[in-house]
Amino acid sequence: MRRSMKIATATVALVGLIALGGCTTDPEVTPPAETEEPAPPTTENEWFDQALFDKQDAERDVVPEGPADQPWLQHINAEMVDTSEYASAGPKKACFANASISNPWRQTGWITMNQQLLALQEAGAISEMETRDAQDTDDTQIADIDYFISEGNCDVFIISPNSTAAMTPAVERACDTGKPVIVFDRGVNTDCPVTFIHPIGGFAWGIDTAEFLIDRLEPGDKVVALRILPGVDVLEHRWAAAEKLFAEAGIEAVFHFTGADPAEIKNIINDELARGDVHGIWMDAGDGAVAAIEAFEDAGLDYPVITGEDEMSFLRKWDATGLDGLGPVYSNFQWRTPLLAIQKIFAGEEVPKEWVLPQVPIEAGELGAYLEANDGMPDGHYAKFGGEDLPGYPEVWQQRQIP
Amino acid sequence: MTFVRTLLSPRGAVFLLLVILLVAITILNPNFADPGQLMRFVQRVAPIAIVAIGQYFVIIAGEFDLSQGSLITAQVIIAGNLVGQDDSRTVPVLMLMMVFGAMIGLVNGLITTLLKVPSFIVTLGMMLALLGGVMWWTGGAATGNPADSFRQIGRGGIRDLPFIDFLPWSVLVLAAWLALGIWLTKRPYGKVLIALGDNARAARYAGARDWWVSTRAFIISSLSATVTAVLLVGYAGVHPSVGRGYEFIAITAVVLGGVVLGGGRGWIVAAVAGAFVLEALFLLLNIAGVPSTMRDAVQGVIIIAAVAYSGIAFRSRRRGAAPHASPDQGKEPDASPDGAEGQSSAPPALVSEGIPETRGD
Repeated sequence: MRRSMKIATATVALVGLIALGGCTTDPEVTPPAETEEPAPPTTENEWFDQALFDKQDAERDVVPEGPADQPWLQHINAEMVDTSEYASAGPKKACFANASISNPWRQTGWITMNQQLLALQEAGAISEMETRDAQDTDDTQIADIDYFISEGNCDVFIISPNSTAAMTPAVERACDTGKPVIVFDRGVNTDCPVTFIHPIGGFAWGIDTAEFLIDRLEPGDKVVALRILPGVDVLEHRWAAAEKLFAEAGIEAVFHFTGADPAEIKNIINDELARGDVHGIWMDAGDGAVAAIEAFEDAGLDYPVITGEDEMSFLRKWDATGLDGLGPVYSNFQWRTPLLAIQKIFAGEEVPKEWVLPQVPIEAGELGAYLEANDGMPDGHYAKFGGEDLPGYPEVWQQRQIP
Repeated sequence: MTFVRTLLSPRGAVFLLLVILLVAITILNPNFADPGQLMRFVQRVAPIAIVAIGQYFVIIAGEFDLSQGSLITAQVIIAGNLVGQDDSRTVPVLMLMMVFGAMIGLVNGLITTLLKVPSFIVTLGMMLALLGGVMWWTGGAATGNPADSFRQIGRGGIRDLPFIDFLPWSVLVLAAWLALGIWLTKRPYGKVLIALGDNARAARYAGARDWWVSTRAFIISSLSATVTAVLLVGYAGVHPSVGRGYEFIAITAVVLGGVVLGGGRGWIVAAVAGAFVLEALFLLLNIAGVPSTMRDAVQGVIIIAAVAYSGIAFRSRRRGAAPHASPDQGKEPDASPDGAEGQSSAPPALVSEGIPETRGD
């Protein structure tokens, strides 16, 4: 009996750890994040990179080149590369190593990508796309890429890396096959891919949102930052930029990790409201913004100034309440671009080496138009998904048929 | 003296811990002592406390229910998708959710008892099946929050009351559910359940229909998860992450309340207190401004410490208790698992389900 007691104790300890660890840990969490201290305003966030900050800050103001009505084909400050060596006729087989479809943003993009695939199959550019989903695990994705290299019979590789450093050697192996490699969303530490497609980036998001809040708040006002999880570069960059600007403007900013769980978000806001006034809410993703806004309603307080995302639930709540908000965008339409790049590469057309897509926040004046354009879409849909001209629009996105 | 000993005992420790945490919170944030704030705190704990009540019934019978969290998620999505903006559907959908919850519990229970698959595996499978089903159905995103009338249960309450100002509905729901739970544990059914968890073979020899007793525990657990889902739809809204991890929080709460994993020993009120302790701990870490990145670690250490303490207290009590057995030993669910007080579990084991309750304990 005494022994079973010990076993029970150990089990509980483990279960407790799993439960509590499970709330926020994620395979994407990279070692640096574990040691990250929430920086007091004066110290530097280790994710902060002044050069990248300046680059993205400048890119926000550049007028992108390319067709104005097709932002997924636009590019900013591009250095074009010649792809004539890959020029070849006939439909090609694409192999896609996807990091995951574990959040609404990736799911929306994945749906759009598949509809783009249908269009390109019809156009005869792509024969088929074989996809492997790494489910947020580096090891799985490395195995996926190696499988594609050895047995996939691929004409072209598309890789959406799970994490930057871990995926670099596998991407290099894919490049060594001599076939074109296209990387999008998160990056890798090698320039061997033909093109690396991504929106401007996290620092631009942080600058857009922080400037919006600073503009509307006084020094000394308090902003609560709701972050999903630590350690993912695109999310860390958003906060690193915003944190720096808040500190410079004398705004008191505290952050919490929420796991995008609305119950957790509501608890956090309730606690902050119990401690004192909250003037602004900053979110590193719009998922869960509604719960944050409702916490103010339940407490009988005025709405704070808030930055969310172009996610429909936030846009709808923003519209219904008339609060002062901004919908920053991490351009979801980038999921179309890799397939269109395949078409260009095999046609021998030049493509940008680093394909920086535009990333423009939704402001109050445009809100109505985006709501109208996305009428009937589910809450987890992203307004700037960019699939309006694809087959299956709008039913596929409305039904959210994930392939 | 007896009082102090009770507080330091594993059974009382959870209440002591709760008091310490609440005092610490009040010191750090005097606003918390305001009755309105306290009510909001209870409102926040209610969903967790209710799943803990459900988990208590399963754990006391010597089983696990890992499907609670996924069931909450599934129910939340059902509410969001089926109620929509139509107020008139609130009641039918509530009924449907209850039926669905009971059905999941029935399946869990029957597979565990009749097919003899360990409940850990059955409910783990159910957890994945429900989660997968939800993902398939929704594509990972909710269609939207249901009508406000549905959400009032978890979000609203009676306002403008004297003194407490605001009495959330969820506090009343928790009180009712707990009362129901206590009543059940006092019934022959509750006794048989404990007997079954303590010594399944003895309970079977005594004539307990163990498959149906255990299965009902799973149904209670799933119904609790369903009630929690109704509250969470109101409190938080519809989102595929609502309910995530609740099964582990519930198990942790139950164990913090001194309920022994493996069954046969534990008090339902202490399990609910365990839920309050957990949430108070989260709140304290929030208020104390513990860095977000460190919070999980702090929580984990405190929980290990609390459970280790109850283990140590258990053993020292057993050594100390032998010479002067307390007169109320029959009521002590956490009494020594072996040795002098071991017979405390024997009487319930001999009671078959159908015999009217006449025993003193």
